[in-house]
Amino acid sequence: MNKLEKKLLEKISDLHTMPSGAFNIRKNGQLFDRASTKEIEITPKKNKNGINIKIKDGTKNKSVHIPVIITVGGLNDLVYNDFYIGKDCDVLIVAGCGIHNATCKTSLHSGIHSFHVGQNSKVRYVEKHIAEGKSGDKILNPITKIVLQKNSFMQIETLQLDGVTSSLRKTIARLGEGATLKVQENISTSEQQWTKTYFKVLLAGRDSRAEIVSHSVAKGRSFQEFKSNLIGQELCFGHVECDGIMMDEARIVSVPMIDAQNSNSSLIHEAAIGKIASDELIKLMSLGLSKEEAENMIIEGFLLG
Amino acid sequence: MLEIINLSYRAQDDNQDKEILDNINLKFEDNYTYVITGPNGSGKSTLAKLVMGILPASSGKILFNGMNITSLPINERAKLGISYAFQTPVTFKGLKIRDLIDVACGQKKSFDQICEILSKVGLCAKDYINRPLDDKLSGGELKRIEIALALCQEAKLNIFDEPEAGIDLWSFDNLIDIFNSLKNSTNIIVSHQKRILHISDYIILLKNGQIEKFGKKEEVVPLLEKRQCARLVRSK
Repeated sequence: MNKLEKKLLEKISDLHTMPSGAFNIRKNGQLFDRASTKEIEITPKKNKNGINIKIKDGTKNKSVHIPVIITVGGLNDLVYNDFYIGKDCDVLIVAGCGIHNATCKTSLHSGIHSFHVGQNSKVRYVEKHIAEGKSGDKILNPITKIVLQKNSFMQIETLQLDGVTSSLRKTIARLGEGATLKVQENISTSEQQWTKTYFKVLLAGRDSRAEIVSHSVAKGRSFQEFKSNLIGQELCFGHVECDGIMMDEARIVSVPMIDAQNSNSSLIHEAAIGKIASDELIKLMSLGLSKEEAENMIIEGFLLG
Repeated sequence: MLEIINLSYRAQDDNQDKEILDNINLKFEDNYTYVITGPNGSGKSTLAKLVMGILPASSGKILFNGMNITSLPINERAKLGISYAFQTPVTFKGLKIRDLIDVACGQKKSFDQICEILSKVGLCAKDYINRPLDDKLSGGELKRIEIALALCQEAKLNIFDEPEAGIDLWSFDNLIDIFNSLKNSTNIIVSHQKRILHISDYIILLKNGQIEKFGKKEEVVPLLEKRQCARLVRSK
């Protein structure tokens, strides 16, 4: 791996060297390196691009890294990664895609991930998307499908920073009895970039719970659209929050939909879009920061805090 | 150290100019504590905001250690040595208490240093250092952190806008101790609170945007107490 590739890998997965646990590193549409452990088995799919990741029952305090890096233009990389997480697990899964495209051609990565989380298991899923290079388009279209079994818990932290030309992001989840899904999605766009993000969460089990928080920063003439559909079919709790900061001539659209199909469902949505609050700027300026420094600090905290 | 010359502030109200502060002239000396008091709407907070640059003066001058700061932005005034604790503390999404302390101090602080800062306002650093400065904190906690941030700046001029608002009884005693300990700075406190009036050196009494009385605490407090008594008698 050259210096540029190592840098991309570090940015998306905080990896400085090869990870110690299970991993699968994909580079420019091909396998770069892979390792399984006795608890986590990674095998390639036979009929299409992608891998199956099987995590044994009772696996605790283990991690899986599956980063993707693309450093060429003209690549259309479609990959299917299916996670089968057994019962009573507690694992960290780190994914993400870094594109550096210095050519005039488009680089496109579509990661279709499915998660089957077993009973009483706990999963933290971290996904970073970054794109660099001034010339060709850099497109990322991730799809995440989730099935949470009884009393399981999944926390998703996604971050997409400036540089991605366009992105269509979909997350579809079905929650069983007592299952919890927490999502923190942070997206920043600039120039003429656009991102559309869509959540459909079915609270199918009694006492299931979903909390989705989306933080958007749109600069330049960029465009972001957030759509969510939270469906309560049982005694359940769901909360969707979409906060957006707009700068320059950017535009943000938020369409939070809640559908209580059961009278015991408790569903809430909140959406707030606007410029950086002037009282926040004034406070930081009163501590000695210039307006620009204060804006940067507020945005950094909002996206990465 | 601070001189206010013919300072006025007008705001638009129903498409008409309304005089909020009218031709204020004041001189603040080094290392004294001044309390600005007066009825609601008298212009107390407006005067404090004009000194910090949060509101622009309509006319007049503000001199800080001889320098004309009337048109300086807020951050330049902060750098010259003016701090400002807000009446309603500002909250953020994603910024931690530690981040704000580092900015207020102008440098990264160690855990022990932050512990020392927060203990001045009765908070334990271990419980607060990595907490977001957001609306999940209580009004009292936010207020104490607001005071701590002002203290971090070690300013030559500290401005506190109604520091007692939203603070609990225990914190109030603590707050009085803090003001009593600020001996090497000039302090301007906007307040209605009797105990705060008593720790001042000078009191500025505002009424309808003008100075009704400016004098030593010993002169102004009896006047205010007399009025308070008269109000009580009238209400009975």
